[in-house]
Amino acid sequence: MKGIKKVFKELKNYPTAIIGLVIISLLIIMAVSTVIFFPYSKAKVLWRGDANSSYLNPINARPVWTNIFRKDKWPESFDVDFLDETKVTREILKNDTDSSENKVITKMTYSFDYNYGAFPQEMLIYFNSQFTNSKPFVEVYVLTPEGRDIKIMGKGITAAETYRFNQDMKLEAKLGEKTALVGLFSTINPKDYREPEVAKGTYTVTIVTQTFEKDNYVDAHLVMHGLVYGLAGTDHKRRDLTTALLWGAPVALLFGLLASVGVSVLSMIISAVGVWYGGFIDSLIQRITEINMLLPFLAILVMIGTFYSKSIWVMLGATILLSIFSASIKTYRATFMQMRNAPYIEAAQTYGASNSRIVFRYLIPRIIPLLIPGLVLSIPGFVFLEASLSVLGLGDPVLPTWGKMISDAYSQAALYNGNYYWIIQPAILLMVTGLAFAMVGFSLDKVFNPRLKEQ
Amino acid sequence: MGGTLKTPLTKTKKTKRDNTFIRVTKYSGIRLLSLFFTVVIGVYLTIMIANMGGYVDKIMKGQIRENLATSVRNDPNYQKMAPSAKAKYFEAQVINAEKRLGLDKPFLIRSLRFLWNSLRLDLGQAQLMTSDSGSKTVKLIILERLPSTLLLMGVSNFVLFFSTIILSLILSRKYGSFWDKFFVAASPLSAMPSWFYGMFLILIFASILRILPFGGLIGSPPPKTTGEYILDVLLHLILPASSLIISAFPARVYTWRTFFMIYSSEDYVEMAKAKGLPPQTIRNKYVLRPTLPMIITSFSLMIIGMWTGALITETVFLWPGVGRLIFQAVGMSDTAVIVGTTIIYAYLLAFTVFFLDFAYALVDPRVKIGSSNKA
Repeated sequence: MKGIKKVFKELKNYPTAIIGLVIISLLIIMAVSTVIFFPYSKAKVLWRGDANSSYLNPINARPVWTNIFRKDKWPESFDVDFLDETKVTREILKNDTDSSENKVITKMTYSFDYNYGAFPQEMLIYFNSQFTNSKPFVEVYVLTPEGRDIKIMGKGITAAETYRFNQDMKLEAKLGEKTALVGLFSTINPKDYREPEVAKGTYTVTIVTQTFEKDNYVDAHLVMHGLVYGLAGTDHKRRDLTTALLWGAPVALLFGLLASVGVSVLSMIISAVGVWYGGFIDSLIQRITEINMLLPFLAILVMIGTFYSKSIWVMLGATILLSIFSASIKTYRATFMQMRNAPYIEAAQTYGASNSRIVFRYLIPRIIPLLIPGLVLSIPGFVFLEASLSVLGLGDPVLPTWGKMISDAYSQAALYNGNYYWIIQPAILLMVTGLAFAMVGFSLDKVFNPRLKEQ
Repeated sequence: MGGTLKTPLTKTKKTKRDNTFIRVTKYSGIRLLSLFFTVVIGVYLTIMIANMGGYVDKIMKGQIRENLATSVRNDPNYQKMAPSAKAKYFEAQVINAEKRLGLDKPFLIRSLRFLWNSLRLDLGQAQLMTSDSGSKTVKLIILERLPSTLLLMGVSNFVLFFSTIILSLILSRKYGSFWDKFFVAASPLSAMPSWFYGMFLILIFASILRILPFGGLIGSPPPKTTGEYILDVLLHLILPASSLIISAFPARVYTWRTFFMIYSSEDYVEMAKAKGLPPQTIRNKYVLRPTLPMIITSFSLMIIGMWTGALITETVFLWPGVGRLIFQAVGMSDTAVIVGTTIIYAYLLAFTVFFLDFAYALVDPRVKIGSSNKA
């Protein structure tokens, strides 16, 4: 306990260590709160997609914060349910329920401001209705800021129907632009007649429904796919990338910590046992280490991932197994060799300490100062190893991770298509994580190995 | 008196030389044998993993049946056969195909034969992969990829090796200066792997600035004249090579600088300084000379490392090298190619380890081959 306090006291002298420690604590807070407030069951549904939520998001939308750097802001996504009385005004134009006709005409209007410099990706209306024989009839109008009142569509609808503005060829032909939405949102008098320009102002969507039976109803859900979405944007599968950014933190930290602790502790114990018992065990460990150093580490991991399982636990286990018998075991061995004949060990032997007691109580504790800097320094390597495996397509298929994001972005040629946010966000998080541990590790190295200290 | 003294002296000298010879021979014999066994076990392990303990055979047998079923169905002679003859003919074809791939023998025997062939560097035929020229011979597939890997790894490793050593020699003398502190502070930057830097380099130079290609070895269509061809390859080499260099540079400088600093604070260096020897002599004879074993180790490991290539960096940059070959071979579960690359790597590493022992003894008079007090 005293030792730890002393180490922290010494670490205070290194500004890089303090920055690193602050970043690590922030990452841990982020990881823990993600696990608590955004449980995996929820993230899994969002990441693997379900039928209800998947179409609400735009494809490859940039994060909202990118608008800060734009003079002409890009449209944000939104959706509105026409049953929501606070946003939508509802007016019953005709109510014939008393007569035999049963005809009800309802007018619903929703207004929104559109002051962006670009056209939206897509606009959709989801209709839900209930009827027995006669289909309800629906008409949609849009009133532009310039006073154009455009009839978008009018048709009888089924129980669940989706209307997509940009897929309506009739509307496109009527508006005479590249896409229907460009026609709808463009101004009549652009500055440059060759380039369509957004008419800024308030747009009003009016939906008029007619039902012909008793107790029928029609519900409409308007979805606007903008060009920016949320804090982190979306990917090619319309998934909100915040899911992967948040869940990447616990996965990366857990993988890095478990792997480095597992590898350092196990290789330390093995080399201590080898040195203490000597003879056959020691030479067996030496031979295993030599064999292991001949094996191409990454190629074997790739093989295991391709042939056996891509589960993160299998990968973690394989990583630890392959890294235990590596060069570090030789370093530990050399140090243990020096301690083996130390007087205090001899003293312990004389008073009859058992072999396991000597190994675990006398040999190993002495080497821990040497172990800690190496352990911390090896964390970034393992964090990046997880990302590397994901980039090679060997990431856990279920987990949303930073490496997975980069891998997806790569396979969708994000850099080529200009979707930089897709790669930059996880890359920065990976970089920050790696650097934080590396900075703390280098400072610890100086604290524990005074020979490296600057005078 | 003088004569009686002379004889025992020469005698001891002679026995000493004999002892050295016997010691070195015995040592190298044992060392070679143990290294050979290491290689054998390592390669056999690779075969076992690459073959999933025989599970790949089942997959391959299934594939053979499927492929044969479609090819046989299109055979007009087969269509005219009676149903029983059809089944017989099909089974015969399957057995033939399995024999051709050697699948009729039990896995244990096949794996041992595979091991024996591999150890003799008879790398055999690939199961699924072909070289770009259409050959299925593993040796040709590997040889075809080798030049591009050697180019990439050679350029980046040589630049890295010499630049870091020269820079850290300078830094170790200017201890505590701004640049020294700068490189010490920059050393954590090596925590990021090369493909990671590669990504940013692609982003900056290929996506935004559009002055360098995204990846690959040559542009499309390939240039016609040899001069343009070389220029184009070099242009494609810039980004992957720099990403390899950038990622390793800070840590290497830090390690070498610390290493040189420890050696230049030895007493004998101080002594040489006190004697007033020129800095040139001190650097070459008092600092570099004792660090030669370490430099040799690093250099030879670098040469070996060139062989396997950089698996992920090559994949990210679509560089057609051995690293990417391994990745593709694993993706197609082509055991022969995977084992082929592993065996060559294992042999090279084993030989290097063997010769390093002698190299140490040659450059460092304190090291004695085969003597027990050697750590």
